[in-house]
Amino acid sequence: MENLLEIRNLKITTLRGKNTVRLLDKVDLSVKKKCSFGVVGESGCGKSITANAILGLLPYPLRVSEGSIRYDSKDGEKELLKLSKKEMRDVRGQEISMIFQEPMTSLDPIFTVEMQMFEALSFHHPQMSRAEMRDRSLEMLRRVNIPRPEQTLASYAHQLSGGQLQRIMIAIALINDPRLLLADEPTTALDVTIQAQILKLMNDLKEQNDTSIIMITHDLGVIAETCEEVAVFYAGQIVEQANVMELFKNTAHPYTLGLLRAVTSLGGENRRLYTIPGIVPPGGQWSQGCRFADRCDKCMEKCKKEMPALTEAAPGHLCRCFLHSEEVEQ
Amino acid sequence: MRDYIIRRLLTLIPILVGVSIAIFIVMQLIPGDVVSGILGIEETPELRAMWEAKLGLDKPLIQQYFSWIGKAVTGDFGESFRTGAPVFPEIMSRFKISAELALLACLIAWIIALPLGVLSSLKRNSIIDRIVRVVALLGVSVPNFASATLLILFLSKTFNYYTPVKYVGLFENFGTNMEIMLLPAFILGSVMAGSVMRMTRSSMLEVLRQDYIKAVRAKGAPERVTIFRHAFKNSSIPIVTLIGMQIGGLMGGTVVIEQIFSIPGLGQFTLTGITQRDFPVVQGCVLFIAFLYVVINLLVDILYTYIDPRISYS
Amino acid sequence: MKKKDRPVNNRSLPGNESLLRQLWRDPMGRAGMIGVGVVILLAVFAPWIARYDVAKMNARAKLTGPCAQFWFGTDHFGRDVFSRIVYGARVSLEVGIVAVGIAAGFGYLLGMIAGFFEGRVETVIMMIMDIIFAFPSILLALFIVSALGPSIINTMIAIGIVNIPVFTRTVRASVKTVKSTDYIANARSIGLKKMSILFKHVTPNVLAPFTVQATLALSGAILTEASMSFLGLGIQPPNPSWGSMLSDARKYMERAPWLVLFPALFIIMTILSFNILGDALRDVLDPKLKL
Repeated sequence: MENLLEIRNLKITTLRGKNTVRLLDKVDLSVKKKCSFGVVGESGCGKSITANAILGLLPYPLRVSEGSIRYDSKDGEKELLKLSKKEMRDVRGQEISMIFQEPMTSLDPIFTVEMQMFEALSFHHPQMSRAEMRDRSLEMLRRVNIPRPEQTLASYAHQLSGGQLQRIMIAIALINDPRLLLADEPTTALDVTIQAQILKLMNDLKEQNDTSIIMITHDLGVIAETCEEVAVFYAGQIVEQANVMELFKNTAHPYTLGLLRAVTSLGGENRRLYTIPGIVPPGGQWSQGCRFADRCDKCMEKCKKEMPALTEAAPGHLCRCFLHSEEVEQ
Repeated sequence: MRDYIIRRLLTLIPILVGVSIAIFIVMQLIPGDVVSGILGIEETPELRAMWEAKLGLDKPLIQQYFSWIGKAVTGDFGESFRTGAPVFPEIMSRFKISAELALLACLIAWIIALPLGVLSSLKRNSIIDRIVRVVALLGVSVPNFASATLLILFLSKTFNYYTPVKYVGLFENFGTNMEIMLLPAFILGSVMAGSVMRMTRSSMLEVLRQDYIKAVRAKGAPERVTIFRHAFKNSSIPIVTLIGMQIGGLMGGTVVIEQIFSIPGLGQFTLTGITQRDFPVVQGCVLFIAFLYVVINLLVDILYTYIDPRISYS
Repeated sequence: MKKKDRPVNNRSLPGNESLLRQLWRDPMGRAGMIGVGVVILLAVFAPWIARYDVAKMNARAKLTGPCAQFWFGTDHFGRDVFSRIVYGARVSLEVGIVAVGIAAGFGYLLGMIAGFFEGRVETVIMMIMDIIFAFPSILLALFIVSALGPSIINTMIAIGIVNIPVFTRTVRASVKTVKSTDYIANARSIGLKKMSILFKHVTPNVLAPFTVQATLALSGAILTEASMSFLGLGIQPPNPSWGSMLSDARKYMERAPWLVLFPALFIIMTILSFNILGDALRDVLDPKLKL
């Protein structure tokens, strides 16, 4: 396989009462090797569930109803959606790791850090001795810049700060040298100064280990700092996808523009914080036309009736908007 | 930890004093008195005065209370008005019987409830889950005396089986003792099992949607480790609390079952004391039950510290 | 997805109509409502439903099995079991409602006082609650009723007292939450008096947990009454009580199993219905507990 991960036509549904409700609609994504791929969008757009689907961690009653997720593992290509439970467990934590939004609740509160780091090792290397596990854990803690790693090993989650916990989560995620790291809003719950440190740490580790990262965030600033490729999600669909430079320079989709304005207006001249009016329509309440139509300031008649396709606005730059599809140009 | 236990034991004192005063006052309110109960139609003023002096009822109330409580702290709960036997040894021997019944009931309840509760939470909304939930609801809703009576009726009608009437101690004859105790223990256990099942299920469901469970799975944990090492242990605090309360409730709360199956336990002793207005017996039993309850509470609180490192009492 | 900071416990009781309708839509809620409805109908219309005088003995019809004349058969005095069951529903419900009323009323008051004054008052109130809680409810109720003398009123009082702590705890916890939230500070800053603030804010806040609690306490109270009557210290003859009917029936159950069957069935059905309704109510009123 050329790419590390290829998601094709992924659909995720949930149950609301007795009705099946779509949450993710025909998503295609390709993550190159040694690349960091950004996924951006507001809450409820389907970013997190995409990441969870990759590792088969969708909570009940969410499920993948269609599609394929192919992954180029150390021992050949794998279709992740068709793996047995045992095979999926071998992938988790070893091939693909994940870190979460809330470091405060991501460690089991009743076990020590040591036990939880050892666990991550022993699931995949049952023959490893305690001394070896200890050495490896201490090494990882040092690499994520934890001061006094010995003391930290003996600690419980409630004795540590959010920043420290997220470093520990990163250490646990990378302890088996995975090839892909799924980072689900890893800095959202942290203080701004800590955010910058964590992002730098992740960038450094990625360089050292040749790990690919899928960075899920609602913050375009984080994308700009860490990613090479980026996909913008809206209401369960990809609405724009491009190289980071291209996306910021030639932003095509009105939604992405809105997100950008919401960030840049902070330092802008009139200093009024821009927000996109309205909210993301939740699954089950999508219109048949463009899902952003209600909130779009460039909305046309056509947008309300027909769903625009994801087409190339420029080479390698995909956009789901009639303003950029060929018909309008003609 | 030791300081905490000592502090907790000290707070026991005002509670037990409060309980003892409350019992003492309530016992005074009970209409009818023991002397006329003992003497019946042979009552004469002389006989009455003699018995009142003998039982210490002629002294002022305050004095009665202090002489009783003074002895109670040394383990002397006085003698029964009815039989003249010392109350404390009787309480202890009956406590052993109640404790055996309670222990059996707990074992039965846990063996049924914990695995089913966990299973139900894992297979939520499946057929198994539905069945478990209905069974649990029946468990908490069917009164023990109703299920006991129906069960006895069923056994006598279909198998012509009758439970032994005379109680036999555990060490006198193990088989007969079990024959007597298992049925009531099963009935008490099934009621407990109902609420333990419900608590286990809801507590497990709550824990299973926590981030750290997802994080454990993301590390590649086998399901067995996720469920038992992480989810079950984290969800056990409310279960332990419930079980503690249930054990407390079994101390004397088994009165109806003891009555139906003629088991001479603590509950039956208290009930006899109440109906016969046997002050020393009632006072002794009630004080003893209150004492057990607070001790069980203390044990549960100490148990928390072993489960959850966030809880410490320093 | 970011967790939303929901203000603590700001859920008040939805409008009555929507509440009932929501309950009806849930199959469990519907089952509970039907069961409870049947018991209420039996209790309210007992004089019209019952076929005979509950106390009337009939020496010629002792221990008659269920038949067209006596639907549920007769007992050892020749009394009609069906009629006694119907009136028993009335007794059960009366005792349950009055007892829970007493418990909820005192519980509310004590919880407000404890939460409002804090300090020593709170310590004393909560200690008394702990003491009440320390006893198996059936034993404590027996103890109280034997002190007061067995009668319907005293049974109600005894069961009421036993149930006070649950309500006190609910209200006190709610008072504390309300006190710690901002809107009390806000309300105070616009010059409202403290106590009236509390009553205004706490009452809608506790209404939901209170309703659930009351439904469950009702089933508990009915159970306690039946147990006490079973032991002979609750409702006294000739008043019919399901508990004492069941207890009396044990002597004759070999010959007349229907004497055991019908009261047991009705006790079970009633308590089951209230529990189902309580569960369904909790799901509707507090969806975050629904798992």
